[in-house]
Amino acid sequence: MNAQTAAGAKPERKVPPTSVRGAAMRGVAARPGHEAIETKGWLRAHKWLLLRRVSQLGILALFLVGPWFGWWIVKGNLSSSLTLGVLPLTDPFLVSQQLAAGQWPYREALIGGGIVLAFYLLVGGRLFCSWVCPVNLVTDAAAWLRRRLGLKGGKAPAGNTRHWLLGFVLVIAAVTGSLAWEWVNPVSMLHRGLIFGFGLAWGIVGGIFFYDLLIAPRGWCGHLCPQGAFYALLGRASLVKVSAAKRSACNDCMDCFAVCPEPQVIRPALKGVGQDHPLILDADCTTCGRCVDVCGKDVFRITTRFNRSES
Amino acid sequence: MTMNDKVKPTARAAASAPSPRRRFLKDAAGVAGGAGLLALGAGMYAKQASALPATAIRPPGALAEDDFLAACVRCGLCVRDCPYDTLKLAKLGDGVATGTPYFEARAIPCEMCEDIPCVVACPSGALDRGLTDIGKAKMGLAVLIDQENCLNFLGLRCDVCYRVCPVIDKAITLERMHNPRSDRHAMLLPTVHSEHCTGCGKCEKSCVLPGESAIKVLPIKLAQGSKAEHYLRGWEEKDAAGESLIGDQVELPVRGLEDKAYGDTRVAPGEGPQVPDYKPAQLPGGGLDSGWKP
Ligand code: SF4
Ligand code: SF4
Ligand code: SF4
Ligand code: SF4
Ligand code: SF4
Repeated sequence: MNAQTAAGAKPERKVPPTSVRGAAMRGVAARPGHEAIETKGWLRAHKWLLLRRVSQLGILALFLVGPWFGWWIVKGNLSSSLTLGVLPLTDPFLVSQQLAAGQWPYREALIGGGIVLAFYLLVGGRLFCSWVCPVNLVTDAAAWLRRRLGLKGGKAPAGNTRHWLLGFVLVIAAVTGSLAWEWVNPVSMLHRGLIFGFGLAWGIVGGIFFYDLLIAPRGWCGHLCPQGAFYALLGRASLVKVSAAKRSACNDCMDCFAVCPEPQVIRPALKGVGQDHPLILDADCTTCGRCVDVCGKDVFRITTRFNRSES
Repeated sequence: MTMNDKVKPTARAAASAPSPRRRFLKDAAGVAGGAGLLALGAGMYAKQASALPATAIRPPGALAEDDFLAACVRCGLCVRDCPYDTLKLAKLGDGVATGTPYFEARAIPCEMCEDIPCVVACPSGALDRGLTDIGKAKMGLAVLIDQENCLNFLGLRCDVCYRVCPVIDKAITLERMHNPRSDRHAMLLPTVHSEHCTGCGKCEKSCVLPGESAIKVLPIKLAQGSKAEHYLRGWEEKDAAGESLIGDQVELPVRGLEDKAYGDTRVAPGEGPQVPDYKPAQLPGGGLDSGWKP
């Protein structure tokens, strides 16, 4: 089977038939990651995805066992919380809006904001997006369905819209003197809704799902979300990075590009465009590890920003 | 145009295509415009929807509404630490700023906890920790809003709102009035005093009327008129100065009421100036008519 479809390719660079490029050559729907499942087994081909889901749902569960079973491990929500009655954590994005609106918070919120800020500065900014944020479950589902239905096209706004939006969110907070963005912010709204009740917030979450599915591929998290843009700013110098360390083994199947929520960050590292080391240093990479999972050639690995080695 | 481009690719491209710098500026303007519109939409929505419904009362210690909306991070920690489940976070569509805490007195009022756990829990400063005595809270102001249905206004003795008030006899008193309908009974009118009312809503919760309460807690801004600054209250001035500012007044007698205290103009039947050949009208078949005429 491989021999027919990959005829002409160099023997060690055979393009797998189910991959994005292999399927395009055969004119059928692609199953990115299929080859990885065959070579590594299903579990290893979903390792980071599973770990991520455990992290996202686990964090949500910590917030939910309080209201559901009366075990108050964590109170509050992602905007601000208190763990075991001692550890305050506050979203620095909210503290920034609050400061822009001209309010100085109490010590708890400042300390909590500082702890969260330090963590993401140090470890990885958009780790928040892929390992914590509940909206990621929604947009991942939309992206998955989009691939399965083979939906093509759609138009996403420019990727830097989110940076402008982030700026305007702070400006609007300063001008109106209120946390205007928090009236509509789907990120805090979804998390709060799951814990405190939804009201009409389902509409906004559904809106994002269908926007990503039908209108703009990876539109919300990849192009619009100002909260993601905020955390990307924090991640500019953070420690944990993905490296295309075994890029010499890449067979150009394009599967990583198909599953990556920020595909533009891969090329410089994988193909050595504009840089010679294999590290993905672009702060938009969410360190989700999906590229690690779906690569049948084990090109990627999660490592630190100081590890520029290739193998 | 494409033909021309093909003929002299380099020269044409350089001449007709906008410079990368201008392209960048144009793109950036478009993107910024889109993002700006989105943010503006959010801002306008927030502004036009920021009026609180009259029955939504903020927790004790809440900053003035404008500042509150700038400070509250919508975490719900106050909600979690309220032992009576009084507070709730507004959901989208509730008419209160999404995610901010409030309560509805008719559903669950504030029990005025002595240690004010909601204020202690708030990390953002939206609930002011300067409030340490719950008796000084100003969540709202109770108003006896329906005098047509309040049982005490009808001359009965309900008094429930008065009895349940945690600040009884200060925040709410029963004021004795003559009942002009029966002419021989008193009415005890529940009367709220803004100086002491905390806006806890216990009275609204307990009003015995079946549906809506006759006494309601409203945001202070709705409940109170502004003070008429130009009008000096003679009695207050007198108290402050220790004597009347306009000296002692000549008390003129009122004909027919000579034996009453000065200023008491209440007249019982048979009292006061009598018209010689006046006969009270007889109602047909009436035996209980007191003869009182409005
Ligand atoms: S490059 Fe890899 S880790 Fe980074 S966002 Fe894309 S798939 Fe996730
Ligand atoms: S004072 Fe007590 S009852 Fe009232 S809102 Fe605060 S915690 Fe709840
Ligand atoms: S605890 Fe403070 S910041 Fe949190 S919801 Fe209540 S008032 Fe808002
Ligand atoms: S709201 Fe009602 S019960 Fe509460 S203090 Fe005021 S008068 Fe008393
Ligand atoms: S409880 Fe209601 S009906 Fe009774 S006196 Fe108070 S306001 Fe009137």
